[in-house]
Amino acid sequence: MPFEALVAGCLAYVALMFAVAFAADRAAARGHVRWLDHPLVYTLSLSVYCSAWTFYGAVGYATRSGLEFATIYLGPTIVCAGAWWGLRRLVRVARMHHVTSIADLISARFGKSNPLAALITLIALIAATPYIALQLQSVRLSFEVFATDSPQGNPLQGIGLWVAAGLALFTILFGTRNLAADERHHGVVTAIALEAVVKLLAFLALGVFVVWGLADGPVDMMRRISAASRDAEFSEGWLLKPDRWTALIVVSAAALVTLPRMFQVMVVEAADEERLHVAGWAFPAYLFAMSLFVLPIAVMGRHLLPADANPDLFVLTLPIAADRDFLAFLVFLGGFSAATSMVVVSAIALSTMISNHWIVPGWLALRRRAAGNDRPDEDTRDVRGFVLNARRIAIVAVVGAGWVYHEASGGAAALAAMGLVAFTGMAQVLPAMLGGLLWRGANRRGAYAGVGTGFALWMIMIFLPSVGVGVMPGLPADIDPLAFSIFVSLAVNTLAFVGCSLFGFPDPVERLQGLSFVSSVEPIRHSRMRQSDDRAEPLLAMSRRVWGADAALRFFQAEAVAQGKSGYLPDLTPRFLTRLERKLSGTIGAATAHAMIDRVAGGAALTVSDLLQVADEAQRAKEETQRLESATTELARTATQLREVNEKLTALSVQKDAFLGQISHELRTPMTSVRAFSEILMTPDLSEAERRKFAEIIHDEAARLTRLLDDLLDLSVLESGRARMSYGVVNLHDLIVRALSSASATCPERQFTIDRDIPTEHLAVITDGDRLLQVLINVISNARKYCDADRPVLSIHVRRSAGAGAHIDIIDNGSGIDGARQSLIFEKFSRLNDPARAGGAGLGLAICREIMLALGGDISYLPGQGGAAFRIRLPVKPPLNSGASSGE
Amino acid sequence: MPERPLFLERASFRRRRLGDAARILPVLAALVILAPVWWVPALVSSGGGATAFFVLWALLIMAIRVLHRALLRAEAATMRAQAEAMHDDDGPAARDKDGTHAV
Repeated sequence: MPFEALVAGCLAYVALMFAVAFAADRAAARGHVRWLDHPLVYTLSLSVYCSAWTFYGAVGYATRSGLEFATIYLGPTIVCAGAWWGLRRLVRVARMHHVTSIADLISARFGKSNPLAALITLIALIAATPYIALQLQSVRLSFEVFATDSPQGNPLQGIGLWVAAGLALFTILFGTRNLAADERHHGVVTAIALEAVVKLLAFLALGVFVVWGLADGPVDMMRRISAASRDAEFSEGWLLKPDRWTALIVVSAAALVTLPRMFQVMVVEAADEERLHVAGWAFPAYLFAMSLFVLPIAVMGRHLLPADANPDLFVLTLPIAADRDFLAFLVFLGGFSAATSMVVVSAIALSTMISNHWIVPGWLALRRRAAGNDRPDEDTRDVRGFVLNARRIAIVAVVGAGWVYHEASGGAAALAAMGLVAFTGMAQVLPAMLGGLLWRGANRRGAYAGVGTGFALWMIMIFLPSVGVGVMPGLPADIDPLAFSIFVSLAVNTLAFVGCSLFGFPDPVERLQGLSFVSSVEPIRHSRMRQSDDRAEPLLAMSRRVWGADAALRFFQAEAVAQGKSGYLPDLTPRFLTRLERKLSGTIGAATAHAMIDRVAGGAALTVSDLLQVADEAQRAKEETQRLESATTELARTATQLREVNEKLTALSVQKDAFLGQISHELRTPMTSVRAFSEILMTPDLSEAERRKFAEIIHDEAARLTRLLDDLLDLSVLESGRARMSYGVVNLHDLIVRALSSASATCPERQFTIDRDIPTEHLAVITDGDRLLQVLINVISNARKYCDADRPVLSIHVRRSAGAGAHIDIIDNGSGIDGARQSLIFEKFSRLNDPARAGGAGLGLAICREIMLALGGDISYLPGQGGAAFRIRLPVKPPLNSGASSGE
Repeated sequence: MPERPLFLERASFRRRRLGDAARILPVLAALVILAPVWWVPALVSSGGGATAFFVLWALLIMAIRVLHRALLRAEAATMRAQAEAMHDDDGPAARDKDGTHAV
């Protein structure tokens, strides 16, 4: 393939990437984020893990060390197996705190300490520079492979510089479009997702070509691999060493969450943790697909290519040797994609860290010193432009450092070794990160101690030897130096972290942050603002300098509206300050945001007693909720009671209306007769007999009217509880005898057989004899009136009650009262038979019941006795307040 | 504030147990990946061993996928159960709503 064609194709590909990034940014700006937001795009963007080190280096690694190359992908697989509770939680906490980078995460957790973030930025930069150099080197090497058959002399002069400059330009264009570093870079992410597809397709195409084109299918391929693994000379380093295996898996697992570029795509660019549901399995599957053909390519490369060929470039030299120009170009693009995407994302992540943790805090400190430290809010210069420029400069610096390193080192080292240096360096951050997320007791001193010792050990044992400065101290031959260094540095790091955490007492801000990170609850900002003066305006001025006037005013107005205020100045509530600080920290990092707000708003330092007050407030809020809840239940209970009472009242009102209707009717009938017959009497020509007859009728009707009115009066007196009772000792036998004789006046024509047990009747009770007699007469008269048996029998039984008092059962042998009407008989004006036959107003049993209640007993209908049966129950002695209680 | 419930409904119970499985899975994955190399490094280093290792890896990825899908389904089922309980009455709703926080 001619070199010019390659360059042209490569430039076309670069142009495509610019176009895709531009289009995605445009789409996002217009709000069309549906496909940009797809979990698959997120998963593909994670593949920035597979840099050129994977693409070219994995085959070289496999050639030298066999299956060990897979450790780099197995570590992330293990982490992804825990994505559901591990990564999801990391993403949730980071999003909650608007974290902009791994350094920002750790600094925010440990009390928003900027020096800690600056230290981590230093480690990340030192680790990343050779790694970026490695990407540039791989691009240069791949160009060289094609350039060997170029007729021109040396077309590669400065290719590394051109690539670096192009990448820096791309990163500045699409990586610094928005100021908020925690906002998503849709253009970059989409371009990276596309590059991930190219990478995967290129590698799979090559693998398929190797297995089915060069070898004779998978069976043949496996035979060849087995043969190779038995060949002592070929598989010299292939025997797996358990210590190296374990150490590399640990480091690669750590790399997935600690490498700045991985943190950027996995945490900062994630809209929410839902994305991980797909990425949790799809990303390991991507890694699996990328490693599937590594061993076949390595074995075939060794078989087919000359012995001095660079195994790191087998992926390119194999298709070139087989004269597959297009495949070679595709593979070249794949490698180019891997290298460029890694550099772009690393540059974005590192530039954010450098500007947020080095440049901006330094600049602010310098200005403060220059301003004389007394009038902090008077400075109105724009921080916004400065932050963006700082980031752009940092991007150029990061990529430039990689290029300088590449030029200086001459690109001799094997690719894999350089990648591992970066992995082990960032792994030193892992203990502080894990501890910070899982252990509330972890504190800043521990984090400094752990990260610091880990950094020092890494420099001495891994980094410096890798760049040829100093050597590892001698180790026994059977100990692997890399595995040893990894274990020792991580172990000492963890010990220092835990040890210093155990012996320290964290400051209150740190404890608040610890609570928020470990329990993943909303963070609370609690600083003692001077309540009296209005500090919202300086805060607005400061925010305007960071975000620009419009954005700041929008935010403040929204907050004021949320507080129920009009205008642009909300009250400085803890809630508002928390939100303001978090939004600021999304732009300039947690530590700087915290410092700026404290400075402008004049907050005093937080003390332990403030912390206790926060806990107190939480407790009080909880108690308040509990109180409210019990009040609610109480209210519900009262409402139910009220409803019941209301129903009763309605029923009573209906009853009263019915009663009035009844009474009018009952009074009206006799009155009509009286009036009619009086009118007749007034006619002059009446015989004496007629006159007497009509006068009798009038008399009878008047008597009936009187009886009715007596009954009503009686009932009303009883119901209102004003009835006077005259108690005395009464023998029930006497009463029954009197009642029977009185009642015999009713329907005197009927002969009743009376069934009595005289001896048991001799029972003395204290009660109102006359009233009880009235009840007995009424019940017995009713029996005489209504008993429909041919040979009527009336049984009267008196029995002493088990508890106390006595009861009298009066039973006839008629047809009784059917069930549905039993409940009605004690109501006023209830007449079961036709009124003419009864001859009364239907008040008798109602009066009986009222009398019995007044006497402290009751009267009830006994069902199932073979006829109408009433039971009159008497207490031993009458109620004390008989007058008052009877009507209830 | 309602007390933490003693027993959960079927949907929440199942989701809780799947959550336990999701905690065990990475430990299991680490064991499966580390143990063979510590135990029989020579065997894993051979061609057949490498093939077997890739099969194991593929199975592991499938296990992650199956578990994640089950968890998503269980979460959806819990949501549904909650929504139904809300419609039903206040009693069961309060029970399940709090159930999501209990361990």
